[in-house]
Amino acid sequence: MSEITSLTLYELIKNIKEKKISSNEAAKSFVDRAEKSKKINAYVTENFENCLKLSKEFDDKPNFDLKLPGIPIAVKDLFCTNEVRTTAGSNILNNFVPTYESTVTQNIWNEGGILLGKLNCDEFAMGSSNETSFFGNVQNPIAEDLVPGGSSGGSSAALVANLTPVTIGTDTGGSIRQPASFTGTVGLKPTYGSCSRYGIVAFASSLDQAGPMSKDVKDSSILLEVISSFDKKDSTSIDFKRNNYSSELTRNIKGLKIGIPKEYRVDGMPDEIEKLWKKGIEYAKDCGAEIMDISLPHTSYALPTYYIVAPAEASSNLARYDGVKYGLRSSGKNLIDMYEKTRSEGFGEEVKRRVMIGTYVLSSGYYDAYYLKAQKVRQLIKQDFDQAYNKVDAILTPSTPSSAFKIGEKSNDPVSMYLNDIFTVPVNLAGLPGISIPAGVDKNNYPLGLQIIGKPFDEQTVLNIAYSMEEKINYKNNITDWWMK
Amino acid sequence: MSKNNSEYLIERNDNVYEVVIGLEVHAQVTSNSKLFSSSSTKFGAEPNTQVSLVDAAFPGMLPVINEFCVKQAIKTGIGLKAKINSKSVFDRKNYFYADLPQGYQISQYKYPIVGEGNVILDMPEGQKQVGIERLHLEQDAGKSIHDVDPSNTLVDLNRSGVALMEIVSKPDLRSPDEVNAYIKKLRSIMRYLGTCDGNMQEGSLRADVNVSVRIKGSTDLGTRCEIKNVNSIKFMQMAIIYEANRQVDLIEEGEEIDQETRLFDTKKNETRSMRSKEDAHDYRYFPDPDLLPLEITDEFIDQLKSEIPELPDDKKKRFIDEFKISPYEATILVSDIDTAQYFEEVVAKMGKNRDMKLAVNWITGELFAVLNNKNIEIAHSPISAKNLAKLINLIKNGTISGKIAKTVFELMMDGDIDPQIIVEEKGLKQQSDPKALEALIDKIINDNREKAIEYKQGKEKLFGFFVGQAMKASGGKANPQLINEILKKKL
Repeated sequence: MSEITSLTLYELIKNIKEKKISSNEAAKSFVDRAEKSKKINAYVTENFENCLKLSKEFDDKPNFDLKLPGIPIAVKDLFCTNEVRTTAGSNILNNFVPTYESTVTQNIWNEGGILLGKLNCDEFAMGSSNETSFFGNVQNPIAEDLVPGGSSGGSSAALVANLTPVTIGTDTGGSIRQPASFTGTVGLKPTYGSCSRYGIVAFASSLDQAGPMSKDVKDSSILLEVISSFDKKDSTSIDFKRNNYSSELTRNIKGLKIGIPKEYRVDGMPDEIEKLWKKGIEYAKDCGAEIMDISLPHTSYALPTYYIVAPAEASSNLARYDGVKYGLRSSGKNLIDMYEKTRSEGFGEEVKRRVMIGTYVLSSGYYDAYYLKAQKVRQLIKQDFDQAYNKVDAILTPSTPSSAFKIGEKSNDPVSMYLNDIFTVPVNLAGLPGISIPAGVDKNNYPLGLQIIGKPFDEQTVLNIAYSMEEKINYKNNITDWWMK
Repeated sequence: MSKNNSEYLIERNDNVYEVVIGLEVHAQVTSNSKLFSSSSTKFGAEPNTQVSLVDAAFPGMLPVINEFCVKQAIKTGIGLKAKINSKSVFDRKNYFYADLPQGYQISQYKYPIVGEGNVILDMPEGQKQVGIERLHLEQDAGKSIHDVDPSNTLVDLNRSGVALMEIVSKPDLRSPDEVNAYIKKLRSIMRYLGTCDGNMQEGSLRADVNVSVRIKGSTDLGTRCEIKNVNSIKFMQMAIIYEANRQVDLIEEGEEIDQETRLFDTKKNETRSMRSKEDAHDYRYFPDPDLLPLEITDEFIDQLKSEIPELPDDKKKRFIDEFKISPYEATILVSDIDTAQYFEEVVAKMGKNRDMKLAVNWITGELFAVLNNKNIEIAHSPISAKNLAKLINLIKNGTISGKIAKTVFELMMDGDIDPQIIVEEKGLKQQSDPKALEALIDKIINDNREKAIEYKQGKEKLFGFFVGQAMKASGGKANPQLINEILKKKL
């Protein structure tokens, strides 16, 4: 039943509620397809048997009042899941099985969702191509040997390969929006403080935010409604009034002002990205939005700022992986030797690189020049957006400076890899909501995305603009199931 | 006996040195749960039974501040007459150790919750004010146990995440005696406030001691050494004396003092270098992104101020004014909150016709002696304040003599017995009936006629003999004052 797997979340829920499809049938379809899709390498840990069992239990005692009634869902392996191995894509957590559940995933199960399995990602979410995962590359279902983006690469690949109806990722500098862009799917990073970070393996605490990834905008609105919640267990969680995002979703964006930041026209940006952006502006106008030129003067400092702040926090967040309490422990002559061997063997190259950068920028004598300065610049970047939002309701930019690249193409060039995040990183630094929607293809027919950035806590406007433009763009992925042949 | 001078100077050749001391006291916050988790803080539990996922730093776990601990820190700040900062920030102090699960300690570095304050010490030569630099909140680490398993270090995380207040003094202390007085005063204030139990045996109070020396009269500070983690006043004093003399010896030999961290070896009574300044850790402090800055409103502080009990300095003043006791007596009685409470209860229970002198003497004399001998805290005194007050009243109103009172006191200890009952049951009531006593004395004079004559002829020493005989005949119960009067009349 390949039809089931190609349904959107909205359609699947509708069919289940109308009893046209059972939860167990849906689970079976996704499991069957996953069994034929091993080549994608989307899963780190499968929860198939349990999922089939739970779906049957749901069918025996269905509750159609739930928002995700018996819906099988695979999630990024950065969310801790009770009694299901959680690796964060790292060897150091290869054997780690949590005894607790992240708030975001718990919210999904509370609404009837059922865990299909844990999806591959860059190690500790550090990467833009899923190539830093200890569990290997993920194939982009769009074309062979193409990266699916990162760090939520397993999530974007699973979604576009129809292995899960929707999924959740985490986004620290673009890790939801960039893979969405690379796979022709929708990815939303909510406002910092919307989704609880409790139970999510931390990369950079002041930037990390979980969010929905889906085939279309409506599905993201449904999932956001489920996962966004105030949580006392996360001190940075914010208690604001959350909308019923899916029922308040509208294509009426007439009169909304959308800003076009001139600083996002970066040197060496491919023509096709420039063209896509212009096309996006026309679509937005067609939808009734008013387009305005704006300036975000500190944009060019965003990437260097990010690559100080994120590694600094990461170097400290990853100190707990020391072999003492859980996870990998290598044997050593003494405590220090054990630490060194455990962390040498447990962490991959990219993680080590960032831990070293982070340690360096926090060191005494360098702190003021790097970390403190970066925090000041971060404030300036926030102020840029604040000022822009005095004039406009949202901002439209490309999601990425290029389409998906080949596996191995950039893995030896960290800086070129980091440049992938150039349009997404400022949004994390300012804590704003941002969505990537598919908007076209490049010369190779690889998908390209546009990003809509909103005011803090104004996910509804972001979703509405995306929903409206989505209809005009009418993008369709052409998935050939090449990996099954 | 206390000396009348707490000065501590070191003389070498023609030079006189004074020692400059600053303390960083780590006081465990009295709280049922930890600073950032809900685990219990109870002392003495089985290893690793009071550890939450947050305390053990499991992936994805986040700290959530315990409001009660914040209140405790602010109250302590108020007790130290210190500035409470409206905004403070939790930082991460990064270092690796097996008993530090997060790989960092959450502490406060640049912006502590409490700023400058002061503490008054009552020294023999008068009062001395010691400046407080700051007070900040931080997590305790776990415990590494090296002596249970021959080849492994064991880790107990029960203490991991317990709230500590680090109270940093200015370098205002000048002698081991002042250090003793300072620690006792801090402890006293915190026990009054209920913010730290001050139990040094359980490690609730320990200190890093900064020591430097200089020629007396100089205003420059010498190079200091920090003696880490000393857990008793006695050891602090021993460490200071050793360290100050070591530094003076170095200076006298023309050598430099290295700024370093040292450990005090309690068995050898010496300090040893732990690490030099060059080897000092780079803790890479930065604001903890998991926690928001702590913002405290004036209303919040005012509310806590209204909950502050009378503190030792104020209580002392009141005791002197209200009860007309000496400053020395007042200092002793207020030094510990339980003693002060006991005293006040005795005073209250004595009623209208109270005798302060007797109350002070009985508490600081007989009662303290018993508590010391039996090593009991006054809170668990075998004689309640109520019954001690009754005993004092029995003396005051002449029912029993001071001497009999001591016997009654001994008997009261067996289960906090009402002294009135003891006096009645044992028939210890003082004979104050003049007629009965006159008869008794007449008989004694009759039986000792020769001695009575000798007395009349001028051998006045014999008066004591007659008193003794009268007391003996009455079984010690005769009112000694009456005996004196009657004897004088009759002889």
